[in-house]
Amino acid sequence: MAAQEAKLVERKAKRLALTGNYAVAYAVKSCDVDVVAAYPITPQSPIVEKISEFIANEELDAEMVHVESEHSALSAVVGAVAFGARAFTATSSQGLEFMHEILFIASGLRLPVVMAIANRALSAPLNIWNDYSDVMSARDAGWITIFNETAQEAHDAVVMAYRIAEDPRVLIPTIITLDGYILSHTVEPVEVIEREEALKFAPKRPRGYRPVLDPDKPITMGVVGTPEYYYEIKYQLIHAMRESVKVIDEVFSDFCKTFGRCYERVEPYRMDDAEYVLISMGATFGEVRAAVDKLRREGVKAGGLKIKVFRPFPADLLEKYIGGGNVKAVGVLDRAVTVGGATEGPVFNEVATALALRGIRLPMVSFVHGLGGRDIFADDVVKMFKILMEHASRGESARRTYFIGVRE
Amino acid sequence: MVYYAYFQGKAPDVTKKRFKTVWDIPKEELLAPGHRMCQGCGAAIVFRHLLKAVGKDVVIVQATGCVEVTTTVFPETAWRVPYIHVAFENAASVASGIAAAIKALKRKGVLPPDKKVKVVATAGDGGTFDIGMQALSGMLERGDDVMYVVYDNEAYMNTGIQRSSATPWGAWTTTTPVGKRWRGEWRWKKDIVGIALAHRVPYIATANPAYPLDLIEKFRRAFETEGPSLVHVLSPCPPGWRIPPDKTIEVAKLATLTGMWVNLEIVEGQPRVTVKVPKRKPVKVYLKMQGRFRHLRDEDIAFIQKVVDAEVERINKWVGEEAIGPVVEE
Ligand SMILES: Cc1ncc(C[n+]2csc(CCOP(=O)(O)OP(=O)(O)O)c2C)c(N)n1
Ligand code: SF4
Ligand SMILES: [Mg+2]
Repeated sequence: MAAQEAKLVERKAKRLALTGNYAVAYAVKSCDVDVVAAYPITPQSPIVEKISEFIANEELDAEMVHVESEHSALSAVVGAVAFGARAFTATSSQGLEFMHEILFIASGLRLPVVMAIANRALSAPLNIWNDYSDVMSARDAGWITIFNETAQEAHDAVVMAYRIAEDPRVLIPTIITLDGYILSHTVEPVEVIEREEALKFAPKRPRGYRPVLDPDKPITMGVVGTPEYYYEIKYQLIHAMRESVKVIDEVFSDFCKTFGRCYERVEPYRMDDAEYVLISMGATFGEVRAAVDKLRREGVKAGGLKIKVFRPFPADLLEKYIGGGNVKAVGVLDRAVTVGGATEGPVFNEVATALALRGIRLPMVSFVHGLGGRDIFADDVVKMFKILMEHASRGESARRTYFIGVRE
Repeated sequence: MVYYAYFQGKAPDVTKKRFKTVWDIPKEELLAPGHRMCQGCGAAIVFRHLLKAVGKDVVIVQATGCVEVTTTVFPETAWRVPYIHVAFENAASVASGIAAAIKALKRKGVLPPDKKVKVVATAGDGGTFDIGMQALSGMLERGDDVMYVVYDNEAYMNTGIQRSSATPWGAWTTTTPVGKRWRGEWRWKKDIVGIALAHRVPYIATANPAYPLDLIEKFRRAFETEGPSLVHVLSPCPPGWRIPPDKTIEVAKLATLTGMWVNLEIVEGQPRVTVKVPKRKPVKVYLKMQGRFRHLRDEDIAFIQKVVDAEVERINKWVGEEAIGPVVEE
C-alpha cells in the first residue's frame, strides 16, 4: 500500500484528538479561508460551530455569513468565490438536496468552492445516520468528489481540495466527504497541518489569476448559453474534469512528499494476489479491510479496493488493479441506492461500465448495505465475499442487487 | 412615526440632492444599447438610471428574469460593470457573499482598504416578492452591505405573464385569466415596503421611471447607505400590461397621479412622500389605458378606487401630511 511505502517525512507535527468534524474545521482554519457560509444540519453542524469559535477568537480572519438556508449558503459562497475570495461551506443530507440547484451552477461557473459533506441518509423517513445517498445525488453535478475513511483523511483532503480546485488547469468545485457520526463525531488522533504548512502547500493565488468580479476589469458571469454555445461551455467542464486527474495525482504525490501521508485515487488493500475483490468507499471500507483479513486467515485470497476519488471516476486505476489476470470476481458495496436503476447500486453501475468498456469480463455482484445508519459488520462483508465466490464458481454475474442486512 | 428604535445600518445624508436637474445625470451609458429588452420596456429605463447613479465601482447581481435573459446572451453582454447571474431566488444571498468577500479581502489586505466597491442585488417582482423572499429576508436581517433593487412589472414576464404576489387586484395574467369563474387576480399586492421596514432597513424607497430625478436620487442614496437598502421600482411592461410601447412613461406617471403607486422614501423609519399629488386622478384613467384591466366592470373599478382611497388615507396619516390629495374629476 502506498502509505506503507512512503518515506517517513521528518516533521514536527502537532497531534490533537479531534472528531472528523473538528478535523475539517482545523484544516479550514489553516487554509485561511476568507468567507464561510453554512446552515446547521446534523451531523455537519459542529464543523461550522468550531469555525465560528475560531473566528470569534481571532484564530481565523474570515467573514461568516449566517445564512437562512443551505440554498443561500452555497449561493453566498458562490458570490464570494466569484469575487475572488477563498470560501468554505459544509452540509449534510437535506441541506445538500436544498443546495442542489446551485451545485450545477457552481461547477458551470467554474468556481473553486470547497464543501465538506458529513454523509447522512435522505428523508423520508427522516434519518440522521450515515449513508451516502446525499453525496450520490450530487454525482452528476460536476464537482470533484473525494471520499475519506478517517478524520485524518478528511483533514488532509480539505487542504488538498483547495489546491486542486483552485489550480488554473482545474477550477472545479470540490466536495470532501466524511461519514456522518462514524467520522464526524468520532474522536481520533489527527496530525494537524498548521497554517504556514497549509498555505505553503495550497497557496492563495493573486486575486486576478482567474476571472473574478472586478470593477477594474468588468466581466459578465452566469450568461445565457444558447444552443450555439451551451454544449461547448459544458464540454469545457467535462474536459477539465477529465484533465483534473493529472492535477489530483500531482497533488497527492506532493502531499505524500510533504506530509508523509500518501493517497491514491483508488487505494488497494491486500490486492497483490487477490482473486475476490470488493470495492467500497469512505469509512465503510474499514469493514472491508476487516473482512479481507478474516478471509485471508481462512486462506481465501480476498482483497479490497477503496475508491477515494469518486469524481472524476477512477476507471483507469480500477482497470490497473482488477485487469491483471488474478481477479476472479468483483463486488461493489454501495451505501446508497438508485431506486429502479440497472442495479440499485450507484457505484456498482459505474464500476461495471468502466470494466466492461475495458474488456474486463468477470462475474460481478452488486451489494447494498448500511442504509440509514444500519450497522455493517465485518461478518456481513464476509458474507458478501462468500456470495461473490459462489458467483465466481458459477462464472455468473448477479443480475440483481443483493440487499444485505435488511429484514425482508 | 419611528417604527423601530434602531436600524441595520446607516442612511446617507438626505438633506442634499445630487441630481437636481437632468443635466446632473451622467451621460455615460454603463448599460450598453443593443440589449434585447422589448421596445418600451420600463426595466430598461430603470437599469440605465441605476448604473448612472451608482457608477462603475459596483458589482451587479441579478436574478433570473426578463432583464437577465435579454442582456447577457453569450457572447454578448450589455453590462459594462462586473455582473453575475446565479439563479432565480438567490440574488440577495449571492450579494451577501460578495459583500462578505469585499469586507474580508479589504481587512486582509487583498483589496486596498479604501477601495470603493459595493454590491447591488437586482431582481424582478417574482424573484423578490415570491421565490426570493427568504434570501432577501436573510440579507436584510443580517444587515449586509447590499443595495437591493426590485423592478416590479407585476408578473412573471420572462416566462409569459404569470401572476406573482405583486400582481394587482383585477389584473389579467396567463394564470389568472378572465373566464366564467375567474376575472383576473383576486388578491392584493404584497406590501414589500412593510416587509423591508419590519427588517429595520435604514433606507427604503419606492420609485417610478416617470420621475427620473426622483428615481436616480433614490438609487444614489440607497447605494450610499451603509448596510442594506431597498428600492422598489414600478416597471411598466408593454406586452404584459397590454399597452403600446410608447405609453410606458405615461402609464407610469398615471400610476403615481392616481395614487395607485406612491413615491416614498423611508429613512431610518421616517416616511416621506417624495412626489406629492395635490389633486389625484381617478384610478380608472390608469386602468383604462391597460389591456390587462380591460375586463373590469364599473363596480370593479369602483372597488379598486375605494381601496386606493383608503390606502392613500393610510399613507397620509403615516407621513403626517396630506401628501396625496383627494380625487378631482376633470
Ligand atoms: C427555481 C426556478 N423556478 C422557476 C424558474 C423559471 N423562471 C425564470 S424567470 C421567471 C419569472 C421571473 O419573474 P420576475 O422575477 O417577476 O422577473 P420578470 O421576468 O418579470 O422581469 C421564472 C418563473 C427558474 N428559472 N428557476
Ligand atoms: S416582457 Fe416586459 S419586462 Fe420583459 S423585456 Fe419585455 S417589456 Fe421588459
Ligand atoms: Mg416580474
